[in-house]
Amino acid sequence: MTLPLTTIVLLPLLGFLVNGLLGPRLGTRLVTVVGCGLPVLAFLVAVGAVMQLEAGDGAALVETLFTWAPFGERSLDVALYLDRLSAVMVLVVTGVGSLIHIYSVGYMKGDEGYARYFAYLNLFLFFMLLLVLGRSLLVLFVGWEGVGLASYLLIGFWFDDPAKAAAGKKAFITNRVGDAGFLLGMFVLYAALGTLEMDAVNAAAADGLLPAATATLVGVLLFVGATGKSAQIPLHVWLPDAMAGPTPVSALIHAATMVTAGVYLVARLAGVYQLSPEASLVLAVVGVATAFFAATVALVQTDIKKVLAYSTVSQLGFMVLALGVGAHGVAVFHLVTHAFFKACLFLGAGSVIHALGGEQDLRRMGGLARRIPITFVTFAVATAAIAGLPPLAGFFSKDEILWFALAGEQGGLLLFLVGAVTAFLTSLYMFRLLWLAFLTPSRMAPEVAAHVHESPRSMTGVLVVLALLSALGGFIAVPHYLEGLLPLPAVAPGRAAWHLPLALFAVALALGGLAAARHLFGGEARPAAALAARLATLHRVLTNKYYVDELYEGFIHRPLVWVADRVLLRVVDRLLMDGLLHGVASLARGSARALVRVQNGQLQRYGWLVLVGLGAGLLWTWPHV
Amino acid sequence: MTDFVAITPELFLLTMACVVLIVDAFLPEAYRAVTYQLALMTLVITGGLTVALYPAEPQVVFHGAAVVDGMGSVLKAFIAGIAFFAFTYSKDYLRERNVFKGEYYVLGLFAVLGMMIMVSAHSLLTIYLGLELLSLCLYAMVAMHRDSADASEAAMKYFVLGALASGMLLYGISMIYGGTGTVDLGEIAAVVASGDIVDDTVLVFGLVFLVVGLAFKLGAVPFHMWLPDVYHGAPTAVTLFIGSAPKMAAFAMVMRVLVDGLEGLQADWQAMLVILSILSMAVGNVIAIAQTNLKRMFAYSTIAHVGFLILGVLSGTEAGYAASMFYAIVYAIMSLGGFGMIVLLSRGGFEADRLEDFKGLNERSPWFAFIMMVFLFSMAGVPPFVGFWAKWSVLREVVAADMVWLAVVAVVFSIIGAFYYLRVVKLMYFDKPEDASPITAGGDLQAAVSINGLAVLGLGLFPGALLTLCVAALAAS
Repeated sequence: MTLPLTTIVLLPLLGFLVNGLLGPRLGTRLVTVVGCGLPVLAFLVAVGAVMQLEAGDGAALVETLFTWAPFGERSLDVALYLDRLSAVMVLVVTGVGSLIHIYSVGYMKGDEGYARYFAYLNLFLFFMLLLVLGRSLLVLFVGWEGVGLASYLLIGFWFDDPAKAAAGKKAFITNRVGDAGFLLGMFVLYAALGTLEMDAVNAAAADGLLPAATATLVGVLLFVGATGKSAQIPLHVWLPDAMAGPTPVSALIHAATMVTAGVYLVARLAGVYQLSPEASLVLAVVGVATAFFAATVALVQTDIKKVLAYSTVSQLGFMVLALGVGAHGVAVFHLVTHAFFKACLFLGAGSVIHALGGEQDLRRMGGLARRIPITFVTFAVATAAIAGLPPLAGFFSKDEILWFALAGEQGGLLLFLVGAVTAFLTSLYMFRLLWLAFLTPSRMAPEVAAHVHESPRSMTGVLVVLALLSALGGFIAVPHYLEGLLPLPAVAPGRAAWHLPLALFAVALALGGLAAARHLFGGEARPAAALAARLATLHRVLTNKYYVDELYEGFIHRPLVWVADRVLLRVVDRLLMDGLLHGVASLARGSARALVRVQNGQLQRYGWLVLVGLGAGLLWTWPHV
Repeated sequence: MTDFVAITPELFLLTMACVVLIVDAFLPEAYRAVTYQLALMTLVITGGLTVALYPAEPQVVFHGAAVVDGMGSVLKAFIAGIAFFAFTYSKDYLRERNVFKGEYYVLGLFAVLGMMIMVSAHSLLTIYLGLELLSLCLYAMVAMHRDSADASEAAMKYFVLGALASGMLLYGISMIYGGTGTVDLGEIAAVVASGDIVDDTVLVFGLVFLVVGLAFKLGAVPFHMWLPDVYHGAPTAVTLFIGSAPKMAAFAMVMRVLVDGLEGLQADWQAMLVILSILSMAVGNVIAIAQTNLKRMFAYSTIAHVGFLILGVLSGTEAGYAASMFYAIVYAIMSLGGFGMIVLLSRGGFEADRLEDFKGLNERSPWFAFIMMVFLFSMAGVPPFVGFWAKWSVLREVVAADMVWLAVVAVVFSIIGAFYYLRVVKLMYFDKPEDASPITAGGDLQAAVSINGLAVLGLGLFPGALLTLCVAALAAS
């Protein structure tokens, strides 16, 4: 294979074109073969490419496709780049992506938009691969916007429902805010270094060519972009609403891949962030705040997918915290394990929803453990993994994050404490979900209960694979693998010995969460309801997600609409701009009419004008001679 | 002997033009298509020979009369290609108006020869020879539709004003000769650089006359007056020929005279070009607003584009020249397409050159409405079409030459210019057609216009190759 990276990227695009253009004419079977086969093929090629990378002398694989725009000495090339970091990403994206494609076959069976669905999913994969394989920030940005587009199309996949279409729009618009920061960051970076190729940027940063102030500016601006895509405060509002899409989409895009793009971006430009402790501090604070905030909201949600959505926001907060304390490799580690268990959880939730004929409300579930055992077991494994029970995947990555938050040079006690509380809350809300859905006595309506059935094998098979990965993924030593590329931060002196106690503490937190969940939600006594009644105000605030949406509505949306309508439209646009434009336009028209008269068709006048021009030219040069 | 090898494309073209002339004279009327096909074949082979003989480094031949270099070869190849498309566009048009004669193609081939000579000239006299060969062919082509009063009037005006400009050019050449003692561009440059000038005043005045002559041929304000009348009066098949390839030749002429020969006087010609450029952009863009005839509108748009084209040259750097060269090539392609659309829509002796003829085109043919939209957006300089890159690259060089104010002026005028291009788009998409008949043009014409439109789109998405080619071509000249 001469151009493996190009092949990886183009295979899903081919799938999109075939299914998008010919889909309805191909028939379900061919659509399935194309839609799932090409991502699997891409995964195999990716494995080959990574093996080629490892067989080499450690140099990254680069494929320059073409020069998009040369200007003078500089040029913008479209090139693909595979080093160990993008290798990890490309394997996760194609691997988990392929699994979710396969799962979708059963989940979307019989939907009239079957071919369209696979076309969009492949399109998403194409852009996501462009994002992780792009060498230049510009190519990454194309992928970045492209996944946004694909995400929009998939959230609004059932566009007949206005609420779902609106959720699609909300995701798109919120991300625009972040993108503005991203673009500005790119401009500053290009102005400072004259290149957008990320390996060159990191090299320049390491050589001290990037002033610290610029690094901070670039770091913060790019992070604004990352807050949009990775759903960090204050731009997290779109992600829970994005659950309107089909559940496999939530698993693929809004849990395992796209939302981690912000984390990948920061890790990719680790060189820039290493120069700027200030920007890193911003990341750490935003990350830990998001993690905590989202975990508290997840405690009281009643929609199974909403719980998982807030859990995703919270876990992304953990990753950003890891980035903020300089442990970039650990953030990528958590990204990988999170992709495994969150995909498993979402797909498990999808299996539950499938079994209940579309029911998503936890209050009308219960007792599913015996009815759909495979789903239950896999879901339980993934729950334990995210809660951080050893030796499952989440334990290792979360423990490392807490460790560097406490002991890393950029860490701090406060960061650690909030992180630890969040880890406890994570365990609590996840086991609450497990109990409410599977273990408590059934609260299902009888006609729903009668139809409960285990999902087809194509779905449960995927669940089993993902559960295995969630269980064993922690043994993949991602931080060690990336050590050469993303060195781990130094541990503060005197804290090196705390690692084992900390690990035990983390396990205690997870078990504590488990016990609390069992106590609050497991028994017949329902102390949870009593607690909610006692803390009614807090409960209301949490149920309403801290009123962030209402806050934005009141403080941003409405004033914006007011300004747009009263000031911008009526005064600026209609009065000033229209007046000015109409004025300029009539000036242009008027002068056009006047000037047209010069062109009267008379040769004599034309000749005269030539002579006038000549005379003017001679007079002009006269003083120069 | 190597001298002759270097000019093989021109020799081949000359021979074939004569062959076509003789063959055509003996052909019965029914076989006129043979002339057409021979002419097309000639252009293909000429273009192919030019590409095959692309020189690694500049090669001055015939004792300094001509030069074969990168810029010349690239432009010659594009001239042959553009002429090929122009011939394709014109076939049905000429046939319907009963002027499908061999003359159009023979004159066209000689005009191409004239352009190629201009492009590869290395002496003021060679330039003049090429220019006259081109101009005489064009005068005759404009007048070819003898029964049309408009066309005859246009030809007459073109001829008289063209003669005036040629006179100025020749007068300028003689003054340059007086000032430097040579007509060889390389020697002129050497003399100017050494400061060993016979007479300064004569030299600079000669420059003024030359600039006036060049500005006339380019169609820069205030020497543009012939252009709207000629574009409007000439048959569209001829207009699209005049409006495309000769602009590249005119650009080459400017480069040869001002850069190859008189770069030492840059301080003098730069100021003149600034004024020409601003006037052209202003007058072209503003007057185009008032036009209701599309051919006339494109004529004024040409004037505005010439203003932009000059911007790159006056920046006085290698990169600026490359940007202008890119602009010239891109403009030729876009302009060819714009006039091609007028030909495409016209039928049975009826000209589709009024704005109303484009109303509701989207309902008649969504595909060609899209293609026309591509041309118009590209001319207006909207990304991602190639016209954007053309404008952007010259503006960048103007800014790099520390003339930010000039770039601002250029941008303001191109915003004004966007109005009349977008008006046509609005007519095509938002108005009801006056005549809802479908498009009847022949398959080859439809295919050619489509290729032309897709080229504008494709070059816009991937401008890198052509930009790099222009830079490399100038580096090798």
